[in-house]
Amino acid sequence: MKVVIGKGSCGIAAGALKIEHTLKTLLADTACELGIAGCIGMCFLEPIVDIYAHGVLLRRLVRVSESDCAIIAEAVKTENLSLLDHLTVSEEDNAFLTKQTRIALRNCGLIDPENINAYIEADGYKALRKVLTMTPENVIEEIKISGLAGRGGAGFPTWFKWNAARQSAGDEKYLICNADEGDPGAFMDRAVIESDPHALLEGMLIAAYAIGATEAFVYVRAEYPLAIVRLQKAIEDATAKGYLGENILGSSFSCHVRIKAGAGAFVCGEETALIESLEGKRGMPRLKPPFPAQKGYEEKPSNINNVETFANVAWIINHGGAAFSAMGTENSKGTKVFALTGKIKRGGLVEIPMGLTLREVIYDIGGGIRDDKEFKAVQLGGPSGGCIPEALLDTVIDYKALSATGAIMGSGGMVVMDEGTCMVNMARFFLDFTTKESCGKCVHCRIGTRRMFEILTRITNGDGKDGDIELLEELCEGIRGGALCGLGQTAPNPVLTTIRYFRNEYEAHINEKKCPADECAALRSFAINKENCIGCGLCAKKCPVSAITGERKQPHTIDNEKCIKCGVCFTVCPVKAVTKNGGECNG
Amino acid sequence: MSEKKSLITVLQEKQEELGYLPMDELYKIAEETGNSPARVLGVATFYTQFRLQPVGKYLIMLCKGTACHVNGADGLEKAICEELGIADGDTTEDGLFSLKTVACLGCCSLSPAMMINDDTYGSLTPAKAVAILRDIRKGEVQ
Repeated sequence: MKVVIGKGSCGIAAGALKIEHTLKTLLADTACELGIAGCIGMCFLEPIVDIYAHGVLLRRLVRVSESDCAIIAEAVKTENLSLLDHLTVSEEDNAFLTKQTRIALRNCGLIDPENINAYIEADGYKALRKVLTMTPENVIEEIKISGLAGRGGAGFPTWFKWNAARQSAGDEKYLICNADEGDPGAFMDRAVIESDPHALLEGMLIAAYAIGATEAFVYVRAEYPLAIVRLQKAIEDATAKGYLGENILGSSFSCHVRIKAGAGAFVCGEETALIESLEGKRGMPRLKPPFPAQKGYEEKPSNINNVETFANVAWIINHGGAAFSAMGTENSKGTKVFALTGKIKRGGLVEIPMGLTLREVIYDIGGGIRDDKEFKAVQLGGPSGGCIPEALLDTVIDYKALSATGAIMGSGGMVVMDEGTCMVNMARFFLDFTTKESCGKCVHCRIGTRRMFEILTRITNGDGKDGDIELLEELCEGIRGGALCGLGQTAPNPVLTTIRYFRNEYEAHINEKKCPADECAALRSFAINKENCIGCGLCAKKCPVSAITGERKQPHTIDNEKCIKCGVCFTVCPVKAVTKNGGECNG
Repeated sequence: MSEKKSLITVLQEKQEELGYLPMDELYKIAEETGNSPARVLGVATFYTQFRLQPVGKYLIMLCKGTACHVNGADGLEKAICEELGIADGDTTEDGLFSLKTVACLGCCSLSPAMMINDDTYGSLTPAKAVAILRDIRKGEVQ
């Protein structure tokens, strides 16, 4: 039997290293093999341990702790797996996986990412071999048939970019992989590199062959140390086996791949900013045209695609473009990976065919809202995207349909929010992000986002004024039209969608000085009901700013000048005498 | 392709060596790489990875990404600041801890999360975060 430990970043953060260490000791003198895998995407169940016999998965053990290791060792030694029933994934949780269609994530969590042979056994590098017998034009044609579009956010047809770079004059061309996953709420690129780095490399090599590039870069976030280590090993192993480097697999095609660690700037997700950064400069977007396909890295024709885009390529070559385009909708083909997080029961990485509805992803796969609270909104596309309300949950996942809501497909962040999330504060959160990440090149973005942030801060502090919503809308239009790059042009989306779908929350903050979600501390108020108070003094004792006074066994009072609205009194009162926002008590 | 290191790589290596980028080193790098000091400082201040001040032995990177925000990162920040007596961007007087809030660590399914040096801690509560810091401090005292 083989015991495989999930060692993606999530698994490690949940304790996979300790489990590996303990199992290693316990299984030292047995015939059981110990292995590792990347991330299966069921992050809510980490740490995960899989038990295989002859390559067949017998058990998936979830939320494993160090103290479970002894019973795991005993079960595999005695081949009595029924000892592990209590650790085995439930059918309900397993639905998270069975409702997915995995192409980009096909090997994630199933193979050892640090072992090139594991990838080769899973049909790895077969597509590269096939491609070397095809003409570059035929490769591009196959990608065109597949309908693959850029998975980083813009959704631009991949074949078109490849073809443009191929057609550009010049012998020296570059292929660049954008792995600068800066979108808060998205982590599929990290998972792919950590769990299946060769799938990325193979996709890149095929693209390099198609466009005629001999040098390639992977621009990875410095915040992803494990991804960098595994990718570096993959590059070395692939070079040693002749899949990378000079005269690949005996052909005349040569390509070298190098890693460049990004230094942290969200705007570098924009392709011309990324090129500036690769050249060692401040990552400030260039004016387009010329497009990177004409003048990119070092002024040479360059093609940039995202990690997930590349991860689909080998599958498309192996199975044919038509198999990929058979999935999805009229204008969005294939599958898309989403990072399902927030107030969701089952959070993790989800790959689904385009055309499913948001509701199916959130409820059927994600299991719905945690603690059975009310769904409020789902945020798609990060700082460039928007918040979609309950009424639009039956929207299908498709580039066009999602754009129509005011949100975007984006890179696939899907953050679910419940009744306790304030939508004005959410808009403020994104504008805080954008002001910090604006590169400063355009006035509209640099100053416009700052002004919006200030207005939103004022509203959440209870100082909103009549006309603020209209002023925000005006600023949104100005920034959208005036900014040079995607970061600025889309920065208004979180504000526009929250105004469009949750205008009542803005109005409540501005007109009634109330936060309906009760998240904005400045808008909370606490009082003590004199009739119910028994004068126990507990609230006064716990108050961090001594705002509560009163004689023992007499009703106490809160000094609103001193009160910081932390709510401790509300929580600790044994007789529910403390009321919040003029009514509600802790019941 | 030129084997010349990009300015960003040079700065990354220098920071790896010294832990931060002192101003006089930036001038030296400008001279050595043939860039103006303004350009070197421009790059060094553009990217969040670069630090112009020394950091503590333990660098806490507190994630304030969307999922962490929704799951209570603000409460964590408050608790950590109170525990250490510092604000975001500062270092404790004993040089043990620095706190830096970051946009997203990509551990969204473990939100709210933080990294301390290379270790990631997920599914935090203010109490858990404080306990982790106290454990580190205890380990240092012994």
